[in-house]
Amino acid sequence: MGKLLAVVLVIIALASAYPIVTNMFELPKDISTHGHAIDEQIKDTMLEAGISFVGAQLVLAFLVWSFAGRKEGSPLKNFPGGAKIMVIGAFVLVGTEILALGVMGQKAWANVYFTSPAPGALQVQAQAEQFAFYFRYAGPDGQFGTIHPDKIDEGNQNYFGLDPANDIAARDDIVSGELVVPVNREVQLLMHAKDVGHSFYVRELRIQQDFVPGLDLSLHFTATQIGKYEIVCTQLCGLGHYNMKAYLNVMSQEDYDKWQKEQSTQ
Amino acid sequence: MAESSVEQAHVHAPPEGFIRKYVFSLDHKVIGKQYYGLALAAVFTGMFLSWLMRIHLVWPMLKIPGLELLSKAGAPGGIITPEYYLSLMTMHGTLMVFFVLTNAPFAAFGNYFLPIQIGAEDMAFPRFNMMSFWTTFAAWLVLMLAFFIPDGPPISGWTSYAPLSAVGKDAGPGMEYGMSLWGISIALFCIGSLLGALNFIATTLDLRAKGMTLMRMPLCTWAWFITSCIALLAFAVLLPACILLILDRHAGTSFFIPAGLVISDRVQPHAGGSPLLWQHLFWFFGHPEVYIAILPSMGIISHILVNSLRKPLLSHRVVIYSMMSIGFLSYMVWGHHMFLSGMNPTSALAFSFPTLTITIPATVLTLIWLGSLYGARIQINSASLFSLGFISMFVAGGVSGFFLAQPSIDIYLHATYFVVGHFHMVMGVASLFGVFAGTYFWFPKMTGRMMDETLGKLHFWITFVGTYCIFMPFHYLGLVGNVRRYQSFVDDFMAPYIGWHKFITICALITGAGQLIFLYNLIYSRFKGKPAPENPWNATSLEWTIPSPPPWNNFGGKHPVVYHDPYQYGVKGSKGDFVMQDSPEQVIVSGD
Repeated sequence: MGKLLAVVLVIIALASAYPIVTNMFELPKDISTHGHAIDEQIKDTMLEAGISFVGAQLVLAFLVWSFAGRKEGSPLKNFPGGAKIMVIGAFVLVGTEILALGVMGQKAWANVYFTSPAPGALQVQAQAEQFAFYFRYAGPDGQFGTIHPDKIDEGNQNYFGLDPANDIAARDDIVSGELVVPVNREVQLLMHAKDVGHSFYVRELRIQQDFVPGLDLSLHFTATQIGKYEIVCTQLCGLGHYNMKAYLNVMSQEDYDKWQKEQSTQ
Repeated sequence: MAESSVEQAHVHAPPEGFIRKYVFSLDHKVIGKQYYGLALAAVFTGMFLSWLMRIHLVWPMLKIPGLELLSKAGAPGGIITPEYYLSLMTMHGTLMVFFVLTNAPFAAFGNYFLPIQIGAEDMAFPRFNMMSFWTTFAAWLVLMLAFFIPDGPPISGWTSYAPLSAVGKDAGPGMEYGMSLWGISIALFCIGSLLGALNFIATTLDLRAKGMTLMRMPLCTWAWFITSCIALLAFAVLLPACILLILDRHAGTSFFIPAGLVISDRVQPHAGGSPLLWQHLFWFFGHPEVYIAILPSMGIISHILVNSLRKPLLSHRVVIYSMMSIGFLSYMVWGHHMFLSGMNPTSALAFSFPTLTITIPATVLTLIWLGSLYGARIQINSASLFSLGFISMFVAGGVSGFFLAQPSIDIYLHATYFVVGHFHMVMGVASLFGVFAGTYFWFPKMTGRMMDETLGKLHFWITFVGTYCIFMPFHYLGLVGNVRRYQSFVDDFMAPYIGWHKFITICALITGAGQLIFLYNLIYSRFKGKPAPENPWNATSLEWTIPSPPPWNNFGGKHPVVYHDPYQYGVKGSKGDFVMQDSPEQVIVSGD
């Protein structure tokens, strides 16, 4: 039965590697300026993890094949080098791997989190709530109106709790259920949670960030390809969690300007 | 070495009467079996819930007859609603992590075998021990009660992130009473685990037999000891976290709830709390919990492997030091669950490095296991198959950790099925393989009867192949961005992958059914199994020096004396190729 285990281990190792080697499950196309670094990092890690996985399974298979079910009296041998070589091997191999991945990965992370948005970046406020996203643009005055939680009234489509009667800045704010952005322009997303924790995830944009109630966070990205992409919530937020989504609509600058105008006159 | 006064203190009279013998027993062996029974009930419930979830994901309109009886609101006409899916998921996670992965490898086997393996008559505090089981049992009852109240079980997942978990009924069905039951249950569970951990530590340090130095303890005893130290610190943080959560829910405090939240059109009457505080407290427990689940299994499979190899591992000490390092590092990595939580992005790098570093002791362990196979005479039986399977599973689940430990990759893979595949393989299945191996290995000692080997091997093959078929595709689905915790895949891009989900569901049903073979084997062998000799595996540690099953005071009033390291295999002994720990004979290294 030892031989059978060895064969099954080989089959498992090869079958597990097959979909990866043949690219059966490709990452969706990357439409961001920072995403290629993340994709590279995934590729490098896949190579190292893949070799470790397949290698370890094959070695296990080989050892089981060779040493299982040996007769009593057959000579016992010890691995030459003993435990010392194993410890040194683990430190050297894994240590290098860690340093390599850690240092390279730091860059990819820094691209997203340690750079400030350009001064001219388009500011959009995103509000997450059970179970929808709403997006707010400052309008021609470039100023967001203040949020008043007690004035939030979904029935009257006052999703942000704005008070245009008393707040001049709020009067020209544009509120949309779709995140519309111009292509190749940096966007700074100001993230606000209305009720519980949510998350903003756009696969193609290689962006994922939690909305934290009471903590207004910001992230920035540049979308490089025109199109419509799904924004989904990835933080469990209640019974409609699975259905909480919106669209990211990346437009040409002209289309975007036109859209802004339409929204303002509404 | 035990002082005689200490030894006197923990010895109790033989139990009399059914209740004292089998229910409120002070005997660590009975308590161990009680923990095992509780874990068994929890694991089959948890598995059943996962079946319901998997079926619902791919055949959402399938009527499951009888399900209406479980919850009228949650499954009207036998069809699961979105909120009931989340209830099932929450209960699956909570049952499995707490009542299975903590109870079975650690509390059940630890209770039964730790005192025997160090030559003690019982735990240091037998009454505490009884209390820790019954507190845990109460915790289980409180949790299960959530199924039967009109509100239903909570829907916030086993991590119970605030403010969803803290604001009460505004957060949705199950969040009024169900969530409170969850909080009370886990708080009770923490108390039970703290008492248990204290007991394990005191027992290991104080009650070792003459000659049983720390380095002569078997590897599973070491693993239980290290796990106790981890559990003592981890549950001590989760307990106050649960209390604060209950206070937020019922006493109007705001530990986890900030100002200005509007939930269900109601401005919440809270101000000043922080949702991140819950996450920090929870994961300060939550990550060490992963090692509370896996370390005992590492110890158990090492203990079994060395017996099946008929020669010692490459190094006893290196295995112990590696487990210690893993335990130590497990406290520095909790933030890797929170890379995208909004905490300072610089701290992500600080948490990433120790996370990657934990790979080093884990690799050392794996290499020691692999290197020890070289030149051995591996005996294949159900216990050793599961031990070898553990190595394969541990590597498979471990390498995917490489991805998730890096914050930059986590941006893409966080909250996808990749994460689900990763932790199910390494924390769930690998840990359960340790439990299965331990069961096949120790069942003869615990019951005095052998388990059926043919059924055991069949169980192994179904479980081993089935697990890969279920959880490998999870990783692939994660790579394409398949988000977890969804009751249905409404995103357009998911359509082409539904076929894979169907494949997973079918494999889950088959693998789950395979576990019934194990259950049958347990029950059948308990009553009809071949009578077991004292030492069926020609093993060396102290549990094999006493009758099967052991008498109530383990060593029949005698005090064992230990002369050797625990694993004297491949030597010339009077009984064969091994020398037992309590045998005064000299160890002569075999010439062949």
